[in-house]
Amino acid sequence: MWEVFVRARRGLSHTHVGSLHAPDAELALRNARDLYTRRQEGVSIWVVPASAITASSPDEKDAFFDPAADKVYRHPTFYEVPDGVAHL
Amino acid sequence: MIAAQRLAEWTTRAPEMEEDIALANIALDQLGAARLLLSYAGELEGAGRDEDALAYLRDDREFRNVLLVELPNGDFAVTMAKLFFLAAYQVPLYTALAGCADERLAAIGAKARKESAYHLDHGSLWVKRLGDGTEESHRRMQAAVDHVWPYTHELFVADPAAPVDPATLRQAFDDTVGPVLAEATLSRPEGGWAPGGGRAGVHTEHLSYLLAEMQVLHRAHPGAAW
Repeated sequence: MWEVFVRARRGLSHTHVGSLHAPDAELALRNARDLYTRRQEGVSIWVVPASAITASSPDEKDAFFDPAADKVYRHPTFYEVPDGVAHL
Repeated sequence: MIAAQRLAEWTTRAPEMEEDIALANIALDQLGAARLLLSYAGELEGAGRDEDALAYLRDDREFRNVLLVELPNGDFAVTMAKLFFLAAYQVPLYTALAGCADERLAAIGAKARKESAYHLDHGSLWVKRLGDGTEESHRRMQAAVDHVWPYTHELFVADPAAPVDPATLRQAFDDTVGPVLAEATLSRPEGGWAPGGGRAGVHTEHLSYLLAEMQVLHRAHPGAAW
């Protein structure tokens, strides 16, 4: 089982597009090209064996992501933004 | 066109789902090239025959395909041997065609060359995998190469009048095929049997069955639009 990440021709980053079965990386790459990119030129493909990916566990969601929310000093929201500063 | 028809027979029957897609993909590429070539041939002939008339209303004696492509699919190894040898011939053919004087043929060659490079890549990967795989896959791949090899000679029968003389492509073919077979631990068959005749409309017994299936609807309802 392989996970497939594709960066489109004008895309900035690789995006997970799906998974597929293949006996090795070389064939996974070729299968991904057929299944997910229709052999468009100028795209970049990454394939990764699913077993190589370590995912955060939903059970530990609280421990992983919550602490930031209740510590307001972690968020840079205490600055006075001068008038006239664009794009901040 | 005939190669596309054979590959399409694999649809939903390939060893794995991803391979099913790949074979259908290659069949579609071949059909696309066939449509361009048949349309152009119809225009050159000037007798009002379009791609459909040429595909569906010719009998086997009027088909000019090489025997290699009409051979039955056999097992997966036979199909890969056919695909690999055909692509190893088509890559240099389309490359040479892309540089020929006829603009339409050059455009078709330039388009088809990219697709053939992919077919060659796919075929050689599987020839290596099966040849250098298990004992059983090696046996089958070698049997497939032995079975198909005699039909490759017809690809290179000299025709100085053609836009690209096939005889000039033999070297490129050998340079491609040799290293892949060696890496796949397969031996190249020796022996002089070289069946031919496809270019003259003299085919194996397999073609007319293929055409019967391919043409049945158009023959039953000639002239229908779809």
